[in-house]
Amino acid sequence: MLLAVLSGFLIAALAPALYRLTPRFAAPLLALLPAALFIWFAQLLPQISAGGSLRISHAWIPGLSINLSFLVDGLSLLFALLISGIGTFIILFAGRYLGGHRDLPRLMVLLLCFMAAMLGLVLSDNLISLFVFWELTSITSYLLIGFNHEDAKARAAALQGLFVTVGGGLALMTGLIMLGLIGGSFELSELLDQRDALQAHPLFVPMLLLILAGAFTKSAQFPFHFWLPNAMAAPTPVSAYLHSATMVKAGVYLLARLQPALGDNSLWLTLLGLTGAVTMLLGIYLASRSTGIKQLLAYSTVMALGTLTMLIGLGTDKALAAMIAFLVAHSLYKGALFMIAGVLDYSTGSKDFLTVRGMARRMPITTLTAILAALSLAGVLPLFGFIAKEMMLESVLHAPRLAKVLTVFAFLAATLGVTAALVIGVRPWFGAPLPTQKPFRQAPAALLAGPVVLTLLSLMFGLFPAWPEATLLAAAASASAGHAVTPGMALWHGVNTPLLMSLGALVLGALLFARWASWRRLTQATETLALRVGPERLYVVLMDGLVRFSAWQTRVLQNGYLRYYLITTLMTMTALVWTAAGLNHGSFTFHLTLSDIAPHEFVIAGTLAAAAIAAALTSERLGAVAALGAIGFTVALTYVLFSAPDLGITQVLVETLTVILLVLVLFRLPGFLTLSSRPVRLFDALVGLIVGGTFTVLLLAVTATRYYHSISSYFIEHSVPDGFGRNIVNVILVDFRALDTLGEIAVLALAAIGVFAMIKLRAEDHR
Amino acid sequence: METLMAFVVGVLYATAIYMILRRSIVKLVIGLVLLSNAANLLLFTSAGMTRGAPPLVPQGATVPAGVVADPLAQALILTAIVIGFGVLAFAVVLIRRAYEVVQADDMNQMKDTDT
Amino acid sequence: MNMQSLILRTAGQFILPLLLLFSLFLLLRGHNEPGGGFIAGLVAASAVSLHLFAMDTAAARRILLAAPRDLIGWGLTLGVVSAVPSIFLGEPFFTSIWFELTLPVLGTLKLGTPLFFDVGVYMVVVGSVLTIVLNLAEEH
Repeated sequence: MLLAVLSGFLIAALAPALYRLTPRFAAPLLALLPAALFIWFAQLLPQISAGGSLRISHAWIPGLSINLSFLVDGLSLLFALLISGIGTFIILFAGRYLGGHRDLPRLMVLLLCFMAAMLGLVLSDNLISLFVFWELTSITSYLLIGFNHEDAKARAAALQGLFVTVGGGLALMTGLIMLGLIGGSFELSELLDQRDALQAHPLFVPMLLLILAGAFTKSAQFPFHFWLPNAMAAPTPVSAYLHSATMVKAGVYLLARLQPALGDNSLWLTLLGLTGAVTMLLGIYLASRSTGIKQLLAYSTVMALGTLTMLIGLGTDKALAAMIAFLVAHSLYKGALFMIAGVLDYSTGSKDFLTVRGMARRMPITTLTAILAALSLAGVLPLFGFIAKEMMLESVLHAPRLAKVLTVFAFLAATLGVTAALVIGVRPWFGAPLPTQKPFRQAPAALLAGPVVLTLLSLMFGLFPAWPEATLLAAAASASAGHAVTPGMALWHGVNTPLLMSLGALVLGALLFARWASWRRLTQATETLALRVGPERLYVVLMDGLVRFSAWQTRVLQNGYLRYYLITTLMTMTALVWTAAGLNHGSFTFHLTLSDIAPHEFVIAGTLAAAAIAAALTSERLGAVAALGAIGFTVALTYVLFSAPDLGITQVLVETLTVILLVLVLFRLPGFLTLSSRPVRLFDALVGLIVGGTFTVLLLAVTATRYYHSISSYFIEHSVPDGFGRNIVNVILVDFRALDTLGEIAVLALAAIGVFAMIKLRAEDHR
Repeated sequence: METLMAFVVGVLYATAIYMILRRSIVKLVIGLVLLSNAANLLLFTSAGMTRGAPPLVPQGATVPAGVVADPLAQALILTAIVIGFGVLAFAVVLIRRAYEVVQADDMNQMKDTDT
Repeated sequence: MNMQSLILRTAGQFILPLLLLFSLFLLLRGHNEPGGGFIAGLVAASAVSLHLFAMDTAAARRILLAAPRDLIGWGLTLGVVSAVPSIFLGEPFFTSIWFELTLPVLGTLKLGTPLFFDVGVYMVVVGSVLTIVLNLAEEH
């Protein structure tokens, strides 16, 4: 299982080499991996559909109870099959669609990495590893959206997607950690059956809101829906994979996964139900007036995500079964439609409904596939989309709360869905042909394989719904509900309210399509309004503000004057020290005593202080260097007198070398100058006194107070028995703390190499 | 002795900071040397000052007889002294290079020539 | 940088070998008495610097068997390498390993990875200080 998840990353590393070896067959070879994964997951089906589950755990960071543990149950298996199955076709498709593109190997690397991250996400049983995979999908998605990095629009869209999803990711991380702490475990399988304990906790509401923020941003729920259509700047295969079938469903997956633990309360129902319903209607409304092909598909994806969220919010057995059905139906038709959009672009060079028409004669297979997929989108007999839509309407009608509102939303969405489906199912194919943007070319089989297979599946599932239900969908719905659910999928339920609503929607939607141009004109006003006050505008204002703020604070803080940096740092540090001291003033003691000091020690201390003051006040370079020498040797004397012979020797030697250094360099620099005015000097002296005084007080407090036993006693006792050395300082340096010493000699080496570079490499940069 | 040394360390810090706040770059170097000594003495004093008991084990014994000075602080300071030299050398050469390029030894004139 | 002092030059001829020997002595006894890689390295570097002032940089470079920069590299390598053997014995990185050599005349000699590490420190200190000093001196 670990291999199944990680193989994507491993193979991704090989992709560029494979492309160098055999550019022609690289894509089909790479597609073998998702295909193999699909087969591997498929052979787990009997076990899962029998109600079993599979759990594997590897310790990762046991100290933080972070494990790489994976759980296969109905829900995760469904996602895993979708990811690997659609992934196979996408890799094949991308290999042809972008054939010969300079950066195709990079795209393959990213796609495979993304697939692996997505598999890890849906299979993870550990909250933390789930989050890690979650963020990996955000990052790979960022790189994929920005694939055409020379295009400023693509870069902006990539950044927008990243900010929105990673911002939500931050909230999600907090929420997941809270969930783990409240539930006492970071394993999903242990959390899911403690619903009552979790929901009774006082921090349940903030935790829920944080997790929802993560799921909503990822799954493009209102008001975060705007990043998804912009993400269409990615190459079409990427859009087909990430932004229809997989990544955006990560949020839905998380909600479905956590439903048994966090669901079934009024907050969950209201938030998810209403957000989902609003997203659903808004998405399909925007889709119905899009002219860009990918734009329309993106907005209809927003609709689907909203629908799924709403159904999870309802949380009834019926709603969850409908959710699973809708999810599968949507993945099948949306993956197919996106690839059809790619085929259309490949064949005609057109990405807009207004510039392509009447292609049915020249692209019969594509047209047929597109019509079937669009019918599934519209929810028409006998495709799987119809079953999903009927189940959705049925569960909305019987919603535990808000049933009337949600029914209205669902009906309107269904109506507009029909319009959007007709736009994509009719516009490009029928009517008088328009001249193509570039010379027409027939799409090869590698491009058509994906949409055809996915659409056939749509049709087959529609005609024989009992088969997918028994194999997997019932198990998936049960996993999401937390108990066994029997969806009872069937193509024909007799004449009932949902069927009548579907018929009504079909008629109204068709009417709207007939008046498509007027509908778009009529609703033009909403677009201008959204541009002015919509959520995307808010995002732009926020980002601009952030940039302005950082520019301002850079100007203020990074002013280029070393003095101000130092004063700011020192004063902040001093203020913090005194604040902390003020908060804990009771715990300080001072033992001020001068009685233990021998006369010569007074002389030493006096010399140090006097030399330091002299070094600061002298107006001569030589005087300052002499004062430094006096300080150095007096410090050495202090070390020797107070039981540190090694330090004494070192200090004397370094002092000698310092003199050599200063002779070689310092005296080639200009002499002392007095540049500051008197008030400035007085101010700096005050800063020095404050900081120095702080250190004095701190040192007095530290030497008089010992909170913990010194760890030195360990070194003292073990130096001879374990280190075979009688000089304890040396044993610490080369044995007990040798790693520290290694770091320190590395610093020394770096300083020397830096000096060397500055002296020797100057000749070149003068030239 | 710690009481007295606390004040000496304070004086060293005060003078060091006064010097590194100066605009003349040579004074900055002097300040760096003072600062390095101040920090070493701070560490040395905070570990406690013991007279005449270096952290050495007599020949044939397994542990030192009686109380000895804290060896850990000494190990830390020993490397700090040597590194202090390396960093000082680096800083001095860097400053001289900057002086050659900028042709000014006033810190305020070095504030925006780094582009 | 040649001070051309006859006394310094003559004295330097005698002092230099003594100082270098003394630095090796400090290095080897450092585990038991004051000394060790840092101090011994500084002594050796000071000795060569003294020679530099007495003679010239070329003479100073001749004393060293390798370029000071190479010494840094070898020293760091030795330091890292001495951390490795413990891994093969299943101990954590940097655990010290000791073994005894029985020599015919001198008796038993106790050797261990910390000793090699200390030699690495010695080489890095000598190399770093002399890289700085020699390059600065050669500049003029």
